[in-house]
Amino acid sequence: MNLTTLIAKRLLIGLGILFVVSLLVFVGTEILPGDVANAILGQGATPELLANVRERLGLNDPAHIRYFRWLASMLTGDFGTSLVNGRPIAEQLGERVYNTALLAGTTAAIAVPLAVCLGLICALKPNGPVDRVISTVSLTLISVPDFLVGIVLVSIFAVTLGWLPAIANLRPGADFITIARVLVLPVTALVFTVLAHMVRMTRTSILGVLASPATEMAILKGIPRTRILLVHALPNAIAPIINVIALNMAYLISGIVVIETMFNFSGLGRLAVQAVATRDIPVVQLTAMIFCTVYVLLNLLADIVSIAANPRLRYPK
Amino acid sequence: MVNSTILRVSDLNVAARARDGSMMPIVSDISFSIELGKVLALIGESGSGKTTISLAAMGYARPGCVITGGEVDLAGTSILSLDFPARRKLRGSDISYVAQSAAASFNAALRLGLQVTETPIIKGLMSAARAHEKAVSLYRELDLPDPETIGQRYPHQVSGGQLQRLMAAMAMICDPKLLILDEPTTALDVTTQIEVLHAFKKLIRERQTSAIYVSHDLAVVAQIADHILVLKDGQIVEYGDAEQIVHAPRETYTRELLAAAHVLPKTIPTKKPVPQAARHQPLLKVGNVTAAFGAKSEFIALKDVNLELAEARTLGIIGESGSGKTTLGRVICGLKAPLTGQVTLDGQVLAPSIRQRDCDQLRSIQFAFQMAETALNPRHTVGKILGRPLQFYFNLSGEETARRVGELLELVEMPASFARRLPRELSGGQRQRVNLARALAAEPRMVICDEITSALDTIVAKAILHLLDDLQKRLKVAYVFISHDISTVAQISHDIAVMRNGVIVASGPTADILKPPHHEYTELLLSSVPEMRTDWLDDVANSRVNTLKAAQ
Amino acid sequence: MSNAEPAGLRRLASELTPTAIVCLTIIALAAFIAIFAPAIAPYDEGTILTNESFASPGNGMLLGSDYLGRDIASRLGFGIRTTLSVALAISVIAFLIGSAFGFFAAIMGGWTDTVVSRTVDALISFPAIMIALIVVSSLGSSFLVLIVTVAVIDSTRVYRVARALGMDIVVQDYIEAARVRGEGTGWIIWHELLPNALGPLAAEFGIRFTYAILFVSALSFLGLGVQPPHSDLGLMVKENMQGLLYGSFSPLYPALAIAMVTVSTNILVDWYLKSTDANLPEEL
Repeated sequence: MNLTTLIAKRLLIGLGILFVVSLLVFVGTEILPGDVANAILGQGATPELLANVRERLGLNDPAHIRYFRWLASMLTGDFGTSLVNGRPIAEQLGERVYNTALLAGTTAAIAVPLAVCLGLICALKPNGPVDRVISTVSLTLISVPDFLVGIVLVSIFAVTLGWLPAIANLRPGADFITIARVLVLPVTALVFTVLAHMVRMTRTSILGVLASPATEMAILKGIPRTRILLVHALPNAIAPIINVIALNMAYLISGIVVIETMFNFSGLGRLAVQAVATRDIPVVQLTAMIFCTVYVLLNLLADIVSIAANPRLRYPK
Repeated sequence: MVNSTILRVSDLNVAARARDGSMMPIVSDISFSIELGKVLALIGESGSGKTTISLAAMGYARPGCVITGGEVDLAGTSILSLDFPARRKLRGSDISYVAQSAAASFNAALRLGLQVTETPIIKGLMSAARAHEKAVSLYRELDLPDPETIGQRYPHQVSGGQLQRLMAAMAMICDPKLLILDEPTTALDVTTQIEVLHAFKKLIRERQTSAIYVSHDLAVVAQIADHILVLKDGQIVEYGDAEQIVHAPRETYTRELLAAAHVLPKTIPTKKPVPQAARHQPLLKVGNVTAAFGAKSEFIALKDVNLELAEARTLGIIGESGSGKTTLGRVICGLKAPLTGQVTLDGQVLAPSIRQRDCDQLRSIQFAFQMAETALNPRHTVGKILGRPLQFYFNLSGEETARRVGELLELVEMPASFARRLPRELSGGQRQRVNLARALAAEPRMVICDEITSALDTIVAKAILHLLDDLQKRLKVAYVFISHDISTVAQISHDIAVMRNGVIVASGPTADILKPPHHEYTELLLSSVPEMRTDWLDDVANSRVNTLKAAQ
Repeated sequence: MSNAEPAGLRRLASELTPTAIVCLTIIALAAFIAIFAPAIAPYDEGTILTNESFASPGNGMLLGSDYLGRDIASRLGFGIRTTLSVALAISVIAFLIGSAFGFFAAIMGGWTDTVVSRTVDALISFPAIMIALIVVSSLGSSFLVLIVTVAVIDSTRVYRVARALGMDIVVQDYIEAARVRGEGTGWIIWHELLPNALGPLAAEFGIRFTYAILFVSALSFLGLGVQPPHSDLGLMVKENMQGLLYGSFSPLYPALAIAMVTVSTNILVDWYLKSTDANLPEEL
């Protein structure tokens, strides 16, 4: 089976997974359809009004019809109306998506290269002083709750020193300096969380490669250390490292939800939490779909890169 | 005066760091020297320290080991007094290493050509073009296919024997003064071993390279070494030139090694069958068995195989990797269901799979595995391992089980107190004995022995074979002895079946199979077993060349 | 790693480092508080002692009062009790489900393995927090929903580990030897497989426990987990966040309590796994 076929297969599987994801999101949120009508009408819900609303919203149709209607509208960009404020969801979406993307993107841009470098440094002299310090710190960081890091940072920099804002309000059209000031604490908190996981996993992957017989052979050929790392070890480490990064996107998503809530950041994560708290089902569905889709796509990408990096698969016997 | 000593090792000591930080010596007071163009063989069983010494000659110690004393002098340079960067300069160019497993030592992500030529290029000894040229000429000398283009391939695209030769090319490309070969043919099939060995010998002779050849196989080593150093537990037992060691060894240990070596017996033994009441039918009959692997059964492992095993006799099954011999063993005991054909025990047709066989049938056919480490549950004591079959088949009480376990241990010549031990507290040979005892606990009619001596040191293996013989006489148990090593099979079997690519190419009593005229493949197998004389390899090579010439 | 000997208790005890001892003490202390909270807490978790929110320590309140005027120290004790018991329940359930399925899939192989693994893959392709959000949005956040949801999510991770462990062990010859003997699947799993998997499994349990604590705390922090007036550590952080702006350290106490238990557990697990690290040649 050659490379193109393998990749095509993976893409198809990815599409399949997205389909299953949409199904599960729909089923998960609409287990109790009665709530939607109830939620809209609130206190003034008489049985006739309820029946009326249910009819209007098409809630009495069988489940699979409702599902496909929902799926179709989602794919065509009609994201429905919020149950809480009655306005089309698409309106609020743009700003939120942009903000979250900014937060996530900045975090990833800092955390990923840093993690790979730190993991490499640790793997070079395992159990040496540098490794022990970095490993202990990362072990501690992955063990503590996300909000603890946030709280500590806020206590020091916002409350005590007053350098940075404790609430991250990002107005559209703000200038770069403001954006930077607002983002520093949330990004730092997020980076700490995600970094820790990645450093540990990267370290383990690289250690595995460095301890292999092929590396010993390179040493015995008299190859200098830098070349062993860059030319011999790195190609074999790419696949595991990429997998590590993809895996950590889950931690990033979970971290985003918590940190955005903590800092009152106007992003997708906080929107999701608010929607759940207010039972705003259409918004819950949409935000869940967005997060899950991004996660699935990232994993798919990682999968494909791993395949492409493996000579056994690129050039089959 | 030209100093012709290439390597001089004096009082070398290497120790390993134990878990609690203390140092345990693994190699003590080793001294030897190698002249220009000569080959020294380091012979010993596992744990003798031969690899450690050969690596120390490069100034290298494996993780956890430390060179604690001594000197290594390579043509005037004292290696151990150099710092690591300086040692790095010598490696690959002045001293080269050929590892035991080429498959593991080549980097799976890089092309072969790059790996072969990188050393001289980055050391500035050759330009890229010149290095490539030289590599290609080495490939040609080593009889590798497509020498011009083989460098473009990745390691997984070439065979084991080819990889080993590529490693030799990689080692020789800088024309090193000293070449270290660490069991380079051990992982190869017997027939491939010959070709690779011959290629190495040619290469070394033509360039007058000095070499250290590490091995446990005296017969192989006798073909290529000028001098032999016998090692045991990190110390020198005997040193002499190859002829002397092979024909007139001085030390007892050396004599034991020679006696246990894997060579064909000089006189074909007619193994006396165990006295038995005559029987009408064979104990085991395999009829027209075909077996395959894969979702659509596309990989045929056995093709129409027919066999018979008589009571209290040993049937040896010999074949190289991929011959289907292991699959045959698995089909017989029910671990793999055949596509067609059947297995009959005492006239009764056996169900194709274990689940469908009854208790008595299960009891009658037992299986002994190759690797005793993985065949015994590391968390069970010997007593539990042996006790379970007793309880499973015979429903013995606790007391009876304990007594019987003691008897079984005695049977395999181990003290009864070993019942309390865990597998990791036993040596390789002891574990294999427990393996056998477990098979015998069921009081079977026959035991399938799947390469049970292949992973053992030669002296230990010999003892196990002795034990097998003994047990057969006492218990009247039959064996199906599967192995790739024809010399072992020849010693122990009454009858032999030779397998190749899933088919039995020759079968019959041992004496018949080993006496000429042979089936073509049998001939190839037999001729690939090194004889214990130093000129055997050249003879074989010459006769093959002559055959080729005659065929043209 | 799967065949590493889980070191006998005696040998383990001899390898205790000072750090490991400290961690064990912390965990023992937390367990003690969790079990005996009702007996040793000065006040009940709901008692309002004062009108002053975020009062400083004093007047019988060891750590001051929270945003409603309740004694933080007592609530902390009850919070530890709630959080730890919920997390324990989750871990045990997740572990039982996950390992049972994992070992079963490893031993059976073939179709069973494929079907179960693909299902688990589908579940894992959701970020865990999204599943929790979705379920809570439709079923609310009672203790039952919380425990079952997080347990199911967690069991998928345990499944993967158990299956990987099982697959490693299943190809060992001693499993085949048991099969050749004619042993049944159940016997093989219990007697042959489990004893060899216990070590890594114990470590994994520790990790899962930590994860359960963090996950539940995070959900409570978002307001979607344990609901007031129960005292859960994550919930306490959320309730008292405002205190930071008034100079009170009240949200820090529950957060630190969580951290101490989770960090100690993880350090212990790490210490336990230390022996499987690979060595590099000193020259590299």
